[in-house]
Amino acid sequence: MNPIYMDNNATTRVAPEVLEEMLPYFSDLYGNPSSMHTFGGNVGSTLKKARENVAGLLGALPEEILFTSCGTESDSTAIHAALRSNPEKKHIITTRVEHPAVKNLGEYLANNGYRVTFVPVDRDGRLDEDFLYKSLSDDTALVSVMWANNETGTIFPVEKIARKVREWGIVFHTDAVQVVGKIPMNLADSAIDMFSLSGHKLHAPKGIGVLYVRKGTKFAPFLMGGHQEGGRRAGTENTASIIGMGRAARLVVDSMEDENTRVRALRDKLEKELLKRIPASMVNGDPENRLPNTTSIAFEYVEGEAILLLMDQHGICASSGSACTSGSLEPSHVLRAMGVPFTAAHGTIRYSLSIYNTEEEVDFVIEKMPPIIERLRRMSPFWKEGQIS
Amino acid sequence: MWEYTDQVKDHFLNPRNVGFIDDYDGIGEVGSLACGDALKLTFKLGDDQRIADARFQTFGCASAIASSSALTEMVKGLTLDEASDVTNEDIADFLGGLPKEKMHCSVMGRDAMEKAISFYRGEAETKIEGEIVCECFGVTDVQIERAVTENGLTSIEEVTDYVKAGGGCENCHDRIQFIIDSVLGNTPKAAKRPEALTNIQKIKMIDATLDREIKPALNQDGGDIELVDVDGNRVMVKLRGTCASCSKSQVTLKHYVETRLKELVSQDLVVEEV
Repeated sequence: MNPIYMDNNATTRVAPEVLEEMLPYFSDLYGNPSSMHTFGGNVGSTLKKARENVAGLLGALPEEILFTSCGTESDSTAIHAALRSNPEKKHIITTRVEHPAVKNLGEYLANNGYRVTFVPVDRDGRLDEDFLYKSLSDDTALVSVMWANNETGTIFPVEKIARKVREWGIVFHTDAVQVVGKIPMNLADSAIDMFSLSGHKLHAPKGIGVLYVRKGTKFAPFLMGGHQEGGRRAGTENTASIIGMGRAARLVVDSMEDENTRVRALRDKLEKELLKRIPASMVNGDPENRLPNTTSIAFEYVEGEAILLLMDQHGICASSGSACTSGSLEPSHVLRAMGVPFTAAHGTIRYSLSIYNTEEEVDFVIEKMPPIIERLRRMSPFWKEGQIS
Repeated sequence: MWEYTDQVKDHFLNPRNVGFIDDYDGIGEVGSLACGDALKLTFKLGDDQRIADARFQTFGCASAIASSSALTEMVKGLTLDEASDVTNEDIADFLGGLPKEKMHCSVMGRDAMEKAISFYRGEAETKIEGEIVCECFGVTDVQIERAVTENGLTSIEEVTDYVKAGGGCENCHDRIQFIIDSVLGNTPKAAKRPEALTNIQKIKMIDATLDREIKPALNQDGGDIELVDVDGNRVMVKLRGTCASCSKSQVTLKHYVETRLKELVSQDLVVEEV
């Protein structure tokens, strides 16, 4: 059974064009791009083009692009670079709803000599910007704010925040793994100093990330060793994946319009129909400023893991904000930071679409979801027939 | 993805004995919406004083539903004495094992069975025994000690897997470790809990209980409650939102708020609206 894949904020399928472009670098074209011979040097020229493609997508210069192994490495590199190149400063500002790649590092630093401010969000997941601005100080080394939230799709006004942060001469980093390919951007005109992205969220393979470092930003490498990436990220290049990343960057330039029209319409249809057909359900997150592909829906009185497993019976893939799926006992830190009641957070399902989804798939999910929720509610001691919360 | 056994999958996808027996002989309820899982168990005795029927309603994940289903299958045909001997380990074994993070689902089944039997025997509504250790999930020292003893637990992580204690803010980890050490005989037996709470302990516990247990439930109906003052055993509160204008608010106050506070903090508390 082919899965109906609506979990694209977790990972995406590798585009066939990307795979095709990568394959020769696993077989015939195995040269090391740093080698002096033509065999390796040719690989180096292809990498250069890939770097230019990624720079083109972001509106950056090729020398501002570092290839890393994943989004998490990009985040860690950015944060450590800002701290190590501003050793006298001991304060970091981030948010309560960051991906664990930033959140857990922030918590680690908070236990290891740094003061870390976690900026709160409101009930719709919107960032308390005033709180952030009031937290800025001469001791602040770095502000790191995600561009869009992976669980709710809520988009933060990072450009506006970056400009305010720049007035203080403080480095601004954004974890942008969820927005690349979904929102047009031009980093040349922006006040963002560092920017993380991840290949496997935009139809490139897993194991490839990018860190953008604005020219002139003070930097210290995370991985030390060889001269690769201009001495800023040592280690032999993951040639095939970098080349795949370059191809994916070109593809998303072309697919961005589809993402913002057709995919958005599919998401809207899915959301509208599910809310209409399933009582006691609601959307989490800011309905206005939101990624075009994401909807997070809370189904009250039922538990997310049970919903996902019943969806799995129909081959439908999505994610849950519930505690049980992660092995922790409390629901997602994002939903808790928003103040979503536990009763709703436990039954939250995130659907995240991609350009590969079709209207037939959306219709299938719309048809299958109501009986799933109904079946679990009939089993639940909290649900009464005809009840509307 | 969890690695569930075929038995767990079967009991989740085809749960046995879902429902509620209207003329039940025994009923037991454990868990809450806020906790993420809850089970309501009813049973009916036959003329032979054996369990003729058992039904469940469960809110929770696949293993919670499967554990409930398994429990009802296991206890049918048993006498109450036999049913009360069913342990959480028995439930897990019946299902071919549970992931260790999910053992608390089997504990929930055992607890519901015990409560239902107590109900039938007319034993007073068993109040939660002992002193709350884990504020996040309302787990007492007695519950933790029992889980540690019965299942041979040796670490905080295992205690969390079995009874959830310590799975939230983690502030109670030292106390859980102390209980484990006491059971294992590493340190002298824990000192008996002090006879009375100090005022500041009492106020903190009341406040935490309101936040954790009571506010979320009232918020569901658009209401809210605020702690104004505590004077001895008098707890003074203000009702807000839809509660403030609701004709049933006094019922809510006495039957819900006061009952919960008595259960979780101290039997002597009286709640008043100011």
